[in-house]
Amino acid sequence: MTIQSCVTIINEWDIVAARQLGRNVAKELGFGTVDQARITTAISELARNIYLYAGKGQICIDKLYENGKPGVKISAIDSGPGISDIRQVMEDGFSTSGGLGAGLPGVKRLMDQFAIESIPGDGTQIIATKWLR
Amino acid sequence: MNKLIFKFIETHKLDILDEWIRTTKEAADDRVLRVVSDQVFNSTSREFVDLVISNLNGSKDDYNSRLNEFSEKVVRLGWPLTFVSRGLHTFGVIVLDRMEQSGVITEENQRNLFREFSEWMQPMNNEIIDIYSATWEKTVSLQKIALQELSAPLIPVFERITVMPLVGTIDTERAKQIMENLLKGAVKHRSEVVLIDITGVPVVDTMVAHHIIQAADAVRLIGAKCMLCGIRPEIAQTIVSLGIDLNQFTTKNSLQKGIEAALELTNRKIVNVEVAK
Ligand SMILES: Nc1ncnc2c1ncn2[C@@H]1O[C@H](COP(=O)(O)OP(=O)(O)O)[C@@H](O)[C@H]1O
Ligand SMILES: [Mg+2]
Repeated sequence: MTIQSCVTIINEWDIVAARQLGRNVAKELGFGTVDQARITTAISELARNIYLYAGKGQICIDKLYENGKPGVKISAIDSGPGISDIRQVMEDGFSTSGGLGAGLPGVKRLMDQFAIESIPGDGTQIIATKWLR
Repeated sequence: MNKLIFKFIETHKLDILDEWIRTTKEAADDRVLRVVSDQVFNSTSREFVDLVISNLNGSKDDYNSRLNEFSEKVVRLGWPLTFVSRGLHTFGVIVLDRMEQSGVITEENQRNLFREFSEWMQPMNNEIIDIYSATWEKTVSLQKIALQELSAPLIPVFERITVMPLVGTIDTERAKQIMENLLKGAVKHRSEVVLIDITGVPVVDTMVAHHIIQAADAVRLIGAKCMLCGIRPEIAQTIVSLGIDLNQFTTKNSLQKGIEAALELTNRKIVNVEVAK
């Protein structure tokens, strides 16, 4: 069962809106403050990447239930330039914008599950999930 | 302008007003009803109809300035724009319906009348929308200034010690201001220690961390020491998960601890004094 809501990311303030949405959902599902911070930070990273590298895209937040256990699923979807070398962007410290290059590997560590798919010239889709312990 | 229309409105003023007030209120939702008081609504509607009728006698300039005045008043009342523009539309529908029913509109004059009517309604709509958007623009730009003033204050708390308390979301614009104010202020106050307090920053992601690290580096370059205070436990954990290394600068979990450490660094401390009883 899933219940989804999405935020379109076009400008910097949309990142804040996406974060807020994620925090509310996490709170509703009973996540503690540390996990709330992890989930919001992960959303912030993914949303900012969309804003910086794709220009436009969407962050969707799902409530998941698996065997009665709730979880939050973050989907970051864009039709931007895509990523040609996924291994490279998952390395700590790799950045094409002079950033810290800690966003994507960081999101993977902040969340329980992480999947990235990208087609150069077509776009990027990242899905990350955190389960309530 | 077509005198026929205004004459008609003048003659049927009370009936039109009555129907208009009724239908507009029926169509209004809760959000509108909360901000629009009955009394003000009735008197404003009456004022509007009088304004319309003043078309008959006054000069065009006179009418325009009255329209402008009226629009400003409506905007100041804080009514939602959709409510006002829908109200104007309803007014038009009521007047035309009634003119049709009473036979004032005929096959021959129909086209002309409709055209003139919409030519008269259009500027009114535009005027209201113009004033609404001008008011919004002004509000937004004032708030921007207010936000800027709040965004990155640097406070000299002791000689050679300054604090920058950060509250709220940090975006690119604000990050720039933080850097600017830190450098300018640290020099101006001859700071030896600068404390950045992030107790009020809701999310520290890699961008915020990057900006803080850059700011700290810059502070160091002008010869002062930068301390990071108010890292909440959950923020400390996410920073570690992100793999960000904050070891290069001193961190304290509260502003109080930070100030104590800063005093120590500048060879001072706070002591209790004995008070003679
Ligand atoms: N949605 C995206 N579309 C295209 N490229 C991306 C996207 N997200 C990330 N990247 C690429 O991956 C790199 C690493 O991203 P990240 O780990 O967030 O670090 P940073 O944003 O600091 O560069 C970016 O510099 C960028 O080249
Ligand atoms: Mg990034």
